[in-house]
Amino acid sequence: MRRKELGFQMGTGVLGLVLVAIVFAIGAVLAKQSMLSIEKFGLSFWRTEVWDPVSGEFGALPFIWGTLYSSILALLISTPIALGIAVFISELCPARLRQPLVFLTELLAAIPSIVYGLWGIFVLVPAVRALEISLPDALRQLPFFSGPPLGLGMLSAALILAIMVIPFSSSVAREVLKSVPAAQREAAYALGATRFEAIRAALFFARTGIIGAIMLGFGRALGETMAVTMVIGNNPRVSLSLFAPQYTMAAVLANEFTEAADDLYLAALTEIGLVLFIITLIVNSLSRLLIWSMSRTATQVPEPVEPAVDAA
Amino acid sequence: MKSTTTLRRKLLSSAFVGFCGFAVLIALIPLAFVLFFVITQGIRAVNVDFFTHMPTPVGEPGGGMANAIVGTLIVSGLAALMAVPIGVISGMYMSEYAGTRFASLVRFAADTLNGVPSIVIGVFAYAVAVLPFKQFSALAGGFALGVMMIPIIARTTEELLLLVPGSMREGALALGATRARAVFGVVLPAALPGIVTGIVLALARIAGETAPLLFTSFNNRFFTTKLTQPISTLTVQVFTYATGPYDDWHRQAWAGALVLVMIVLVCSLLARLATRRLERMHARG
Repeated sequence: MRRKELGFQMGTGVLGLVLVAIVFAIGAVLAKQSMLSIEKFGLSFWRTEVWDPVSGEFGALPFIWGTLYSSILALLISTPIALGIAVFISELCPARLRQPLVFLTELLAAIPSIVYGLWGIFVLVPAVRALEISLPDALRQLPFFSGPPLGLGMLSAALILAIMVIPFSSSVAREVLKSVPAAQREAAYALGATRFEAIRAALFFARTGIIGAIMLGFGRALGETMAVTMVIGNNPRVSLSLFAPQYTMAAVLANEFTEAADDLYLAALTEIGLVLFIITLIVNSLSRLLIWSMSRTATQVPEPVEPAVDAA
Repeated sequence: MKSTTTLRRKLLSSAFVGFCGFAVLIALIPLAFVLFFVITQGIRAVNVDFFTHMPTPVGEPGGGMANAIVGTLIVSGLAALMAVPIGVISGMYMSEYAGTRFASLVRFAADTLNGVPSIVIGVFAYAVAVLPFKQFSALAGGFALGVMMIPIIARTTEELLLLVPGSMREGALALGATRARAVFGVVLPAALPGIVTGIVLALARIAGETAPLLFTSFNNRFFTTKLTQPISTLTVQVFTYATGPYDDWHRQAWAGALVLVMIVLVCSLLARLATRRLERMHARG
């Protein structure tokens, strides 16, 4: 009897171990495959701007720049919208609308990246180009709007990323808001607060979790591949301009990995993958830590005592 | 004086409420636009040929994506074959031994894996399943998608098993069942409809993935069911067609996108209906 128990625990545990092993394997395999590039270029890999596979020069600065710039821009656009949606669904909207709205925002997350990319190429990019052309000349002098209005470029990438990130941030923010104790809001209303003031208090109470939700969206944006590859213009250069075609880490992998003819090229691309893996790992872990610490503080508010149950 | 501040507070509050409603609209506009274009553009190119014919050579209109549709089915099927057992059983471990340190580690690994960019999984699968064999293959594509699918299924299974009332498990144990009996005979069957729904949703999500397939299953102009050969998939085919220069390719790309969106839509609607039924059952039970 006792042995059978152990057998079950071990048997299921082994497959749990597989999950843990995969995560370690990804890190180890990527590190091993990129050794050639790490040894040859060291840290200068991330400081050099020249990416010329033909002559064997590999500098990844434009990619890390493009990834960070596009993701941060996307967050600037998506954060207010995602929070607005979360507040509307969890606090404001009539109960009858709640389920359909949740379903629709989830659908936004379920549409495949490649479909966003296709739509981006044929609908969003021409629209962005028209917008860029109509921009007054005075503004065109700013570094943010320099360069020819191509449509393909940073602005299109940031917009499409924002659309794709909104459902992730807003659904986590909704969960976080749900964990704010009702007494908090009731207290605010009892003191004569308006709706805005009560919700602001709830948002403030939930701030750690909200930041976690935004960071989770950031992690998604960093790794998003297909849609960005199709609209960002794929040009390895560092530029502040929203109009300039640029490149991201994920996009260069998607475009060039199968073309990497020699070992050094392949190792350089794999190193980009490794760093992308590490960055998203850190961002996601931090965001989960924040969300978790939020849900813990929320439950620390005294509640009716429940009998303790032995977890094992 | 006092009334003006009150007025200002009330106005601010209304403005905020208005902004939140506006935010919902802003998010729904792209959704409507994407669906509108995919449906109107896709419907013009979708016909019986699309499902039964092979791609025609460049310049020759017509043809379909029969090979890519079969390819997507094969690669997703391989992924499910790998991910369902690992996912369901590790999910079982997480729920049965919740609270233990190792269960938290597995949960952390699942969430981490879930957050790994799909393109990185592709690079990993390339190193593990393509490089040693010097051959792109359907198997490598299935492996890449399987790795993505495992954490989704594991977490869904865990959550659904935890929803099963503890009294059911305790009842089985009190009757002298071993833990394995209790889980496989009582707890798992109770959660099974939900788990199956979760698997269907995971499949729909996986079938829409492109990035992990670009350098694992690659692409193939010909019809194949050989697992050791490169194979065409809907998503990679849409990518090739969308970024190509020909109008006819673009039409085909929209048709492929329509099929992909339909898969997602139908699966999510079915899942929603199923969960609603489950919820009602739970409410009654």
